[in-house]
Amino acid sequence: MKKSDFSKHDLSPAKGKVMSQNNSLRYALKFQGILWMSVILLMVVFALSLVMGQYRVPLEDTFRIVFSKIFTINRTWDNIQQAVVMDLRLPRTIAAVIIGAALALSGATYQSIFKNPMVSPDLLGVSSGACVGAASAILLYGSSIVIQICAFAGGLIAVAITLMIPRLIRNESTTVLVLSGIVISSLMSSIMSIIKFVADTDTQLAEITYWMMGSFAMTTFESMLPVLPTILIPMAVILLMRYRLNVLSLGDNEAKSLGINLRTTRGMFILCSTLITASSVCLSGTIGWVGLVIPHTARMIIGSDNKRMLPIAMIFGGIFMLVIDILCRTITAAELRLGILTGVIGAPFFIFILFRQRRQVQ
Amino acid sequence: MILEVNNLSFHYHNSPMIFNKVNFSVDNGEVLSILGTNGAGKSTLLNCIANLYKPVSGKILLNGRSMSRMSLREVARVVGYVPQIHTPAYAYTVREFTVMGRTPYIDAFRTPSSADYRIADEALDRMGITHLMNKSYTEISGGERQQVMIARVIAQQPKLILLDEPTAHLDYGNQYRVVQMICQLASEGYALIMTTHNPEHAIILNGKVAILNRRGVLGVGQAAETLSAKTLSELYGLSIKTIYDNDAKRNVCVVC
Repeated sequence: MKKSDFSKHDLSPAKGKVMSQNNSLRYALKFQGILWMSVILLMVVFALSLVMGQYRVPLEDTFRIVFSKIFTINRTWDNIQQAVVMDLRLPRTIAAVIIGAALALSGATYQSIFKNPMVSPDLLGVSSGACVGAASAILLYGSSIVIQICAFAGGLIAVAITLMIPRLIRNESTTVLVLSGIVISSLMSSIMSIIKFVADTDTQLAEITYWMMGSFAMTTFESMLPVLPTILIPMAVILLMRYRLNVLSLGDNEAKSLGINLRTTRGMFILCSTLITASSVCLSGTIGWVGLVIPHTARMIIGSDNKRMLPIAMIFGGIFMLVIDILCRTITAAELRLGILTGVIGAPFFIFILFRQRRQVQ
Repeated sequence: MILEVNNLSFHYHNSPMIFNKVNFSVDNGEVLSILGTNGAGKSTLLNCIANLYKPVSGKILLNGRSMSRMSLREVARVVGYVPQIHTPAYAYTVREFTVMGRTPYIDAFRTPSSADYRIADEALDRMGITHLMNKSYTEISGGERQQVMIARVIAQQPKLILLDEPTAHLDYGNQYRVVQMICQLASEGYALIMTTHNPEHAIILNGKVAILNRRGVLGVGQAAETLSAKTLSELYGLSIKTIYDNDAKRNVCVVC
C-alpha cells in the first residue's frame, strides 16, 4: 500500500470546498431562521401574557395601556385595568422571560462544564442552599427583602462549601466536585427537614412550602431591580465566553491541551451560573426542570455547538417560563405554583426528548 | 530542536518513581515511538510533555524555551495532543469538533472566525474526510474518529504532535493507515511522539524509539538498531524473533 492511499477519497478537493461552503451557508440560514422564529414566538407569548388572567382587560386596551407610557394615547380604560397590566402583569412577564432565559443558560453551562447532559443548575447545591437561607429567614419572621437576601446568601454559601471540599482533600477533579455537590445538597435537604420540623405548622410551614414551589405572583419592579445586575451581568459574561464551554465539555485534559486554563475558566463559569441561579431563586423561589429540559430541547433542534445553542436555549427558556406562568394564573381560579406545572409539563416533555434521542443516549 | 527533555523525573504523590532522569530530543520531521509494558508509564511521560502533568524535576524545552515558563496557550500553539479515542458527552458535528483545534488562537470572549473555519475545513480536506463534515462525531466509526482527531490537531497548527496510543481500538487495516498517516506528517516536517503497544509500528515508522522499563529507565535509540529480538523479548517477557521480510523490506516480529 502506498502512502497516498490514506488520503485518497471519493471527493476532489474542489468539490469538497463547494460542498463545505453550501453546508455552512445552510447551517447559518437554519440558525437565523430558528432564531427569528423563536424571537417572534417569544413576542407573541409576551403579548399574550399581558392579556391573559382572571381580571379581563381587552386586548386593544392592554396594548394602549403599555404604549401610553411611550406615546400619548386617549384614555379608554380605568385605573384597575391600568394597575393590572402595568403593576401586576408587566413585571411578572418580564421576570418570567429573564428567569426562564437565566435558568436555561445556567443549566446549559453546568451541563457543558460537567460533561453531563443530565445535570441541572442546582448540582453544586445552590438551590438547596438558597432554600435553607429563605426558610431560615421565614422561621425568624424576616420581611420579604430579608428572605431574598438570605436566599441569595444561602445559595452562595452552599456552593462555596461545595467548592472547598475538593481543595481540602487535594483532588480537584470534576468527579470529586460533583460528589461534594451531592453531599452538600443532601446536607442542605436535611437542614431543610429540621427547619420544617420546628416551623409553625399554621403559618411558617405553609409559607416555606409555598416559597419552595416558585411563583411570579409577588414580583414587582421594586423586587426585581436589586437582583437584575446579578442576573444580567453573569449572563452576558457566559454568552461572551460561550465558545469555551464547547472546549470544556471535551474533558479536563483535552481542554488543557488546547490551551485553556481549566481552573480560572471553569471557576468563572461556576461563579456566573451560581450568581444567576441564586438570584433567580431569590426573586421567584425554586423552579425545577427549566435548566434541564430547555437546553436539551435547544440541542435537539440546533445541535450541540454552544455558539448557536446558548442563544436559542435562552429564548426557549423565556417562552417556556411565560407559557407556564400564563397557565398558572389561568387554569384555576386560585393561582397554581410554577414548580407544579414545570414538573407536570417538564417531566413528560423530557421523556419525549429522551425518546427522540434514544439512540444517542448511552 | 523542537523538543528537548532534560533529566525529567515524575512520580505521583507518595508513590514510587515512574521515570527517572529521562533524556531525549525530537526535531522537525522526526518520529519518536515510546514502547513499554502496561503500566510502565508511557502515557504519563506523554502527559508530562503535553503539559498536563507537572514533572517532579527536570526540564522540558520547546524551541529552547522552558515549558514551565510558558502559558498554557503558548504551549498549545507548539504542542498538539491527540488523546485516545473516546466519546464526548455531546454530539458535535465533525466540523464543530475540528474547529476546536483553533482554540489556542481564539480569545476568551470570541467565537471561531471564518478564517478558523477555513483552516478546519482545509484540515478535513487534507485528511480526506470532507464528506464527514456534518456528521455527528458520536456517530462515526472509531477509525473515522481517529482521522477527525488528527484533522483537529492539524487545524491547531502545532510543531510537535503527541499521540496517545493512536492505534488502540482500531482494526488491523486502520492501525496500519494511522501509522502511514504519522509517517506522512513526519515527512511534512511535524515532529511526532506516539506511544504504542505494537513494536512493528515503531519498525514501520523507522524513527527514534524510546523503551520505558519498569524501573523507570528510558532507553532511546534508532528503531532499526534498538528493536532487536533480545530487547523485545526482555521487554515483554516472551521469546520474540525478528525476521527480515524481502517484500515489506523491514523486520517483522514473531512470537515463538
